[in-house]
Amino acid sequence: MAKIKSTGAKALLESLRREGVEIIFGYPGGAVIPLYDEIYHCDFLQHVLVRHEQGGGHMAEGYSHATGKVGVCIGTSGPGATNLVTAICDAMMDSIPMVAITGQVRTEVIGKDAFQEADITGITMPITKHNWLVKNVNDLPRVMHEAFHIARSGRPGPVLVDVPVDVFRAIVEYDPDEVQNIEISSFKSDFKVHKVQVKRAAELIAQAKKPVLYVGGGAKAAGAEHLVQALAHKTGFPVTTTLHGLGTFPENDPLSLGMLGMHGTAYANLAVEHCDLLIAIGARFDDRVTGKVSAFAQNAKVIHFDIDPGEINKVRRADVSIVGNCAEALEALLPLVDETQDISEWRAELDAWRVDMPLEFNDGAQDGTLHAEWVIREIARLTDRNVVVTTDVGQHQMWAAQHFGMRSPRQFITSGGLGTMGFGLPAAIGASFGVGPDKDVWCISGDGSFQMCIQELIVATIYKLPVKIAILNNTFLGMVRQWQEMFWQKHYSSVDMERAPDFVLVAEAYGMLGLRCDNVADVEATIRKAMETEGPVLMDFRVVKETNVYPMIPSGQTVGDMIVRKPRQIEEPESTCHYEPRDTRMPVVDEVVDVAR
Amino acid sequence: MATAIAAQTHTITVLVDNRPGVLARVSGLFARRGYNIESLTVSITDNPNMSRMTIVVAGDADTLEQITKQLHKLIDVHKVFDYLDTPMLERELVLLKVQSEPERRAEILQLVEIFRGKVVDIAERAMVIEVTGGGDKIDSFEKQMEPFGIRELVRTGRIAMMRGSRTV
Repeated sequence: MAKIKSTGAKALLESLRREGVEIIFGYPGGAVIPLYDEIYHCDFLQHVLVRHEQGGGHMAEGYSHATGKVGVCIGTSGPGATNLVTAICDAMMDSIPMVAITGQVRTEVIGKDAFQEADITGITMPITKHNWLVKNVNDLPRVMHEAFHIARSGRPGPVLVDVPVDVFRAIVEYDPDEVQNIEISSFKSDFKVHKVQVKRAAELIAQAKKPVLYVGGGAKAAGAEHLVQALAHKTGFPVTTTLHGLGTFPENDPLSLGMLGMHGTAYANLAVEHCDLLIAIGARFDDRVTGKVSAFAQNAKVIHFDIDPGEINKVRRADVSIVGNCAEALEALLPLVDETQDISEWRAELDAWRVDMPLEFNDGAQDGTLHAEWVIREIARLTDRNVVVTTDVGQHQMWAAQHFGMRSPRQFITSGGLGTMGFGLPAAIGASFGVGPDKDVWCISGDGSFQMCIQELIVATIYKLPVKIAILNNTFLGMVRQWQEMFWQKHYSSVDMERAPDFVLVAEAYGMLGLRCDNVADVEATIRKAMETEGPVLMDFRVVKETNVYPMIPSGQTVGDMIVRKPRQIEEPESTCHYEPRDTRMPVVDEVVDVAR
Repeated sequence: MATAIAAQTHTITVLVDNRPGVLARVSGLFARRGYNIESLTVSITDNPNMSRMTIVVAGDADTLEQITKQLHKLIDVHKVFDYLDTPMLERELVLLKVQSEPERRAEILQLVEIFRGKVVDIAERAMVIEVTGGGDKIDSFEKQMEPFGIRELVRTGRIAMMRGSRTV
């Protein structure tokens, strides 16, 4: 094709069109006005005006989580760019493909501390797969295509393209077909699965008496859920998943052990503790999974499938490692495994643990109390689990992971690696744009997390998105409170959130229906009302204040230290933290001790 | 885990794109992952688009495996080579300004001769000596100069190359 001539801004949008981008989440500002002028004239792209760049970043993540496509977000120079940092880091930790586009001050004033200048490529160097400051408009079209290529190839992740305002305005003459032919000789992402390693894996599998499949987010990223299921069903091996692996293996399958790790099921953790072969598929031995690494699955041989060579032997040495796309690897492995392998003794052992130590919850039938776990179970039941779920971070997140019972990959969207409070609402909005208006997205949040990106409510209202927000409101920063209760002698330091806005009024102020539920008898009606109402709904569930997430393996400890359930002998403790309005007046002058005197 | 393997000093060569920010990416990676750089040298190569880094780092086999893999993940990095068990040449260069009263010059010059160094500048009471060689040789030259009074000293980092016809 012949060369075309356009502004940098227009060339950037052309690259988005060619990369199949349909939606971007952004916020304008001085340095990106030329780009927004092109967006104004653009007919193939939906731009969602967010209310804070962090929200835009998480929306791009939510969109990507739900669809597998690359999420795109925009911020202006300086604060616009730095506000994206949390979302970029979150995407890095959870391997979410994302392209962040930031404006930069004019090329000639870079490095002079100009107005709204921030060295965003320097700042995001450790939290992106790669980033670029494009000082020459001739590089811009090629860099944009490289950005998408790197974001989605190999182990996915975020990239950032920083464009000075004058580069957006400059004229570039280029061949748009030619710049799409990416060749980065130093970037290797298509690792071929090593057949010999696959064979060795099959040999270990054949010898195993107590095998466990340990499935992470990488299996979902590779679209390998059917192969994971096929492997489990052919061999009869039990399956435990990480937080991001949830849904990759349906939890109603008899082989499912649910989630493992700090707040995993007791039987999943015991299975890993006692197994003689651990087959890790797209999982990275995160510290919330392993606890004390030297004691983790210490009798087991390890087979590790990962697309990132850097993950092999990073935390746990693998006996057999298979680098490459895990769908490809599993396809090669499947014909080599035997379906007649007898592990019935092991299965019996697992079943006994399952019966002895099931996940516990209180449905309020006896004492009439309203528990977060019960609300989550009711949401799952009433929606028939045919919804997408996003969460924030904390107790509600772990309860959602334990009790929802995921059925399909990309159903559960959460901030795992970075643990970003404020992720849930914008991620739900982004996911809703991704899955369309016919599927509800439930944002399960806590009263603390929810207030961190509360401003994005208006976006849900404007676009009438079927986002149903369930705040499990225990008036505490519950997870920190739990640690303070268990390990810090109940010193409830700065976790009291009792003084909060009225969330129902907040919902109404933002133009959506707000519902309050403080009674276990009203849970079903509240959820049904939310499901029947078109567009966004916010529910404020006033749940029991002081309950803990169990099971729990305390940080850095072992399965032997697992607290399986709430200690029985102790009565539910009375709240030790009563809210008293504090005196917030400024001290009068003569009360101030003048240290200089 | 193969933790029994003791920490060892490794010299590695990293071929990178000759682009702004590459040094920051590499040194940032070492810093945030907690790898200790003992020395780092960057220079251009016969290919104007490439730079060559020589990094001296201490670590056990597991750490070196991680360093190599993490370096490879940087888009600017083309090649990483660890010289462990490979016949190689290592060189450093030192410029050393030593106190040299006229009556002690002969003594100093004798030592310079032994170390096959060069006097590159001379003033009334000081001279600047240039010596190249492996790290041990330069350490020992420094030691020999100490009694005369070292006024200033600057050393380059290490550079390395394989012996024989093989290349990195």
